[in-house]
Amino acid sequence: MGAWRDKYRMRWRRKYRLFRAFRRRRELTSVQNRTKQVRKGDILLFCTMRNEKIRLAYFLKYYRDLGVNHFFFVDNDSDDGSREFLLQQDDVSLWTTKASYRRARFGVDWLNWLQRKYAHGHWTLVVDPDEFFVFPFCDTRPVRALTDWLDASSIRSFSAMLLDMYPKGALDAQPYHEGQDPMEIAHWFDSGNYMISKNDVIGNLWIQGGPRMRAFFADKPEAAPALNKIPLVKWDRSYAYYSSTHSLLPRSLNHVYDESGGEKASGVLLHAKFLDTFSAKAAEELSRRQHYSGSQEYKAYHTRLRDNPDLWCKWSEKYINWRQLEILGLMSKGNWA
Amino acid sequence: MTVGFVMLVHEELHRAEQVARHWATQDCPVVIHVDRRVPSAKHDPLVASLADLPNVKFSRRHRCDWGGWSLVAATQDACEVMLESFDQVSHVFMASGSCLPLRPVEELKRYLAARPQTNFIESVTTDDVPWTVGGLDWERFTLRFPFSWKRHRKLFDKYVELQRKFKVKRVIPEGLVPHMGSQWWCLTRQTLSAILADPRRREYDRYFARVWIPDESYFQTLVRKYSNNVESRSLTLSKFDFQGKPHTFYDDHLQLLRRSDCFVARKIWARADRLYATFLRSNHTLMQGTEPNPGKIDRIFAKAVERRTQGRDGLYMQSRFPGSGVDRGKTCAAYSIFEGFSDIFENFEDWLGQAVGARVHGHLYAPEGAQFSGGGETSSGALPSNARLRDYNPCGYLTAMLWSTRGERQCFMFGPRDNQYISWMVATDPNAQISVITGAWAVPLFKSNRNFADIRREAAWLQKVESEHLEILRSNHTKARVRIWTMADFIESPMEPLQAIIDEIGARNVRRLAEAPRMVDLTGFGQFLQNLKNQGMHPYLMGDFPTNNEPDRPRKEQRRPYLVR
Repeated sequence: MGAWRDKYRMRWRRKYRLFRAFRRRRELTSVQNRTKQVRKGDILLFCTMRNEKIRLAYFLKYYRDLGVNHFFFVDNDSDDGSREFLLQQDDVSLWTTKASYRRARFGVDWLNWLQRKYAHGHWTLVVDPDEFFVFPFCDTRPVRALTDWLDASSIRSFSAMLLDMYPKGALDAQPYHEGQDPMEIAHWFDSGNYMISKNDVIGNLWIQGGPRMRAFFADKPEAAPALNKIPLVKWDRSYAYYSSTHSLLPRSLNHVYDESGGEKASGVLLHAKFLDTFSAKAAEELSRRQHYSGSQEYKAYHTRLRDNPDLWCKWSEKYINWRQLEILGLMSKGNWA
Repeated sequence: MTVGFVMLVHEELHRAEQVARHWATQDCPVVIHVDRRVPSAKHDPLVASLADLPNVKFSRRHRCDWGGWSLVAATQDACEVMLESFDQVSHVFMASGSCLPLRPVEELKRYLAARPQTNFIESVTTDDVPWTVGGLDWERFTLRFPFSWKRHRKLFDKYVELQRKFKVKRVIPEGLVPHMGSQWWCLTRQTLSAILADPRRREYDRYFARVWIPDESYFQTLVRKYSNNVESRSLTLSKFDFQGKPHTFYDDHLQLLRRSDCFVARKIWARADRLYATFLRSNHTLMQGTEPNPGKIDRIFAKAVERRTQGRDGLYMQSRFPGSGVDRGKTCAAYSIFEGFSDIFENFEDWLGQAVGARVHGHLYAPEGAQFSGGGETSSGALPSNARLRDYNPCGYLTAMLWSTRGERQCFMFGPRDNQYISWMVATDPNAQISVITGAWAVPLFKSNRNFADIRREAAWLQKVESEHLEILRSNHTKARVRIWTMADFIESPMEPLQAIIDEIGARNVRRLAEAPRMVDLTGFGQFLQNLKNQGMHPYLMGDFPTNNEPDRPRKEQRRPYLVR
């Protein structure tokens, strides 16, 4: 009985998410709708952003090179020229909104709506402008090779853990300029301090750790940000992201891990958050209070950032390529060869 | 004399066209079967584009279902067309639309011409097949399978269950011994025509139509009836993973495929432009008449399957999270835990580090934070020493540390003052070597300069914690290598147990221990215990200490290092 009740409850939660998404659709104003270009089988990317102009040029280049066919952006009231920049891109459809990011469940409601409307039957990547998707063989194979393989293996969702990248020395020591690969500056990461537990309700793994936990959350580790993400999904209009891209409904999509000892294939999202732009961003986000659990995360950053911390330590690992991440056990090839 | 190719095509028709053209222009007739499901909008252009080649023909189209009879029917029809239309064909080679020739056709022709009577078809009895899907091996010949496995899985399973329950058995046609194998075979005209013109063919067809995956057994079984010259292997390089689906080749496999010396490979990713461009080039250099050698590819794919099914022991990550019931591979490497040693020996960590050449940490689970070897706030993998972060997930902390330092033996101290959360995990981990001197925690108390009332209270608490820990180590779930001595027993003759522990840790240090670690001065310890007793506490974990152990001391100082040859 319990299992059925549980199943039913999840069904309602999913319906509720979809209903929220439906209600919040009015908050989105279409600025540029090029979705007619989308062909069957195209790989789509969805992204919410605010004042990220400086990052967009490289972001678009990176994902075009991977083989993404069309970009869907929700611009949350940028005033730095992001919108104008995106309008010039041929493969970008753009929506804008002045509504509250927090009340739209940190953008999830907006994207759930756009995905429901445009992504049915497509492989979709949902990432932030500072996240760079790395998957097995990404240096020799396009993302389409991966999605074809996932299709052939009857896999619908693909996990990619968030890996925080940071520079050596103070965050503002090396200024980032537009179009630059952020990993030229922030190319260090923590290779082995990630703590995992399983969420038995939704069925996803909850991963915390890395430099953010070590440097900003030493006195309250439970508040450290979640690093588990499932950004690549063969979308169906009945799916909904549940909590950011950390988990989805239906729950079966969260089973991206093996529990009997084997390894499923997985990737990594290189998280280039810690650039010189970070201090300004943290201050802005703190004043806007639009982030998760009362912007706790940004409060923690703000207090530590005053003394200009160095996230680097002598055990930091320098990023080389996906094979390195695979050997370190941060991602896995699974049975893809 | 030439070889004819029968191609079964259902997707990526442009690649099939490329390959068909490649063979046909080199004087190899091609018969193509296109799945009925392919819409005519795609089918017709394929036919038109190959119309200029007189030796390409299309056979009657069937609607093909994986695991069903239709694939065999399609093959039969196409083979009949091949044998009737092209007299010069001496061998018929089965291929799919995602096959790619790796060696020039000339070489294949030469290879087959040198073996004119040989049938290349993998054909083994069910007992010898490890790769069956869904656990059906012998039963695929004795049950009926009218439902599609891909589309009606539930019906399929239920019907199998039902037949098992009622013990339904089909009779295998007389004279046939079921064999199975890859459907990518290459048969001689003689054998193939004999199979197709068999007087009992209708009977066989009717039987195989209800067999599970007949395309892997029809020709494989019948070939045994007509030919004694069966080379049981496929000329097509095709590897299957643990789900029974073929591995795919990509551009980055180019060198691997080149060196495999196989004639044809499947399956190739349709967008692997470089593979198609390279292997379909006509000015391909001829290799010597070498035998196919897919060994390296086999190893790579076998490893990939192993990674998927076994994984890396001791790794916990986003896509590998073994449940708590799995005892094997909780941690990635052997490690040692020493309890009580650092209390009764001075600088035990340094001594141990020299004796075994391992990384020796202090108390990793100390309440003040982890005492890493060499000090510092972080350790391998940027693991922080901070106690709160550590205690957030103590077991994960240990597995992460062991994973980050794999290749180097880890040792650490432990005691009742430390976070006890890991007790069950290490006790049930076969990788753990746990050595305990019980009651040694009393030595620091004995040496401390504190009020006796506090000491008594703390002693009582530590004894309670340690006895609970010992209970776990002594439980019958324990898988670790556990050694326990009382303190009294241990200091009687410390070198023997130390030698045993160190021998077990590693062969790296073969020489015998030359120098014993220095024991702290225990003069008066017996009296200290007696005082605890006098205060109403019962210190029992350290064993029997005489109240007056003065005569013991000098003898101990003079003792020579333990030497055995």
